[in-house]
Amino acid sequence: MIIYGVALLAVCMLVGSVTGKLIGVLIGIDANVGGVGISMLLLLFLTNLKSERFRLKPLSERGIAYWTAMYIPIVVAMAAKQNVYAALNGGAVAVVAGLLAVVASFALIPILTRMAGQSDDQ
Amino acid sequence: MISSIVENVLTNNALITAFAFVGILSLSTNKLSDVLTGGRIHGSAVAIPLGLVLAHVGGVVTGGSKGLADIPIFAGVAVMGGAMLRDFAIVSTAFGADLSALKKAGLVGSLSILIGVVLSFVVGAGAAVAFGYTDPVSVATIGAGAATYVVGPVTGTALGASSDVIALSVAAGLIKSVTVMIGTPFVANWIGLNNPTSAMIYGGLMGTTSGVAGGLAATDPKLVPYGAMTATFYTGVGCLLAPSILFLLVKFILS
Repeated sequence: MIIYGVALLAVCMLVGSVTGKLIGVLIGIDANVGGVGISMLLLLFLTNLKSERFRLKPLSERGIAYWTAMYIPIVVAMAAKQNVYAALNGGAVAVVAGLLAVVASFALIPILTRMAGQSDDQ
Repeated sequence: MISSIVENVLTNNALITAFAFVGILSLSTNKLSDVLTGGRIHGSAVAIPLGLVLAHVGGVVTGGSKGLADIPIFAGVAVMGGAMLRDFAIVSTAFGADLSALKKAGLVGSLSILIGVVLSFVVGAGAAVAFGYTDPVSVATIGAGAATYVVGPVTGTALGASSDVIALSVAAGLIKSVTVMIGTPFVANWIGLNNPTSAMIYGGLMGTTSGVAGGLAATDPKLVPYGAMTATFYTGVGCLLAPSILFLLVKFILS
């Protein structure tokens, strides 16, 4: 049943979000710390279980695959609801701070990737 | 009369209207990318910037904060593109992700979150100083905003920054997220963003969930789970470091 896949995905996200909020409370900040990441790990773990009793049938898998396919359209909708107007009218310091932060971060990606590659070779 | 009936139906079925709207938008941008670039540029690398342009139009027309979604017939766009469905779709991409690739880049991925928060904060704080801000609270709040638009106000509120500085920090975070969405597909080759390891580093360094989600969608959707995995911890780490250690550092340097 397709709903089994959708429900498994939903349960993973809810458990992950609760855990992320709890981590936030533990370290004293009002934010969801890593909830999405924890949900993803949970989904990966549950769908990789080798047990015969717990295995998604191909039809149930389609309940998850549907949402993966909806990812890009959802992101397009997300872009269309951003507060672009406020971003552009925030003032020069905001534009410069935001832009430079991105440029600096982009520049660091190849360096860190090379470091990761080197530590692999050892 | 017909137009008021149509408007009524579109508004009352907001989410369904959003599905139809995004579908038509994607169809036209895919065709556009085929005709103009021979399909060389990913259709979503056109659709996402177009979405941002429409969001700007929505802001200009309505003066609201939800972009296109502030126009009543497009209200469903806020539901479809809101955090709930966005995170649901992101989590679903983990299905079929490579666990060993995640483990392999786990350490450098976590490290990149720390480096990313500190780097964006320092750059943002530097920009604030360059624009003449001298009090540590404002400098730290703008620096935090350069991390993400959540870290900015959280830090500003904790430190007691003025509301216009908090607004600036949100704007800095929004600029970052928009730039990441638009810029990623164009620099992807140059920065080597084509494997799970670099995607995890990318997510950790950028940290803006919407920026990373949009940037990877337009570059290579297969990389989404790896980038999202690290980006999801960034705001938490930022909220932890910016009002504490990083603020003290700013205070020390400026005094």
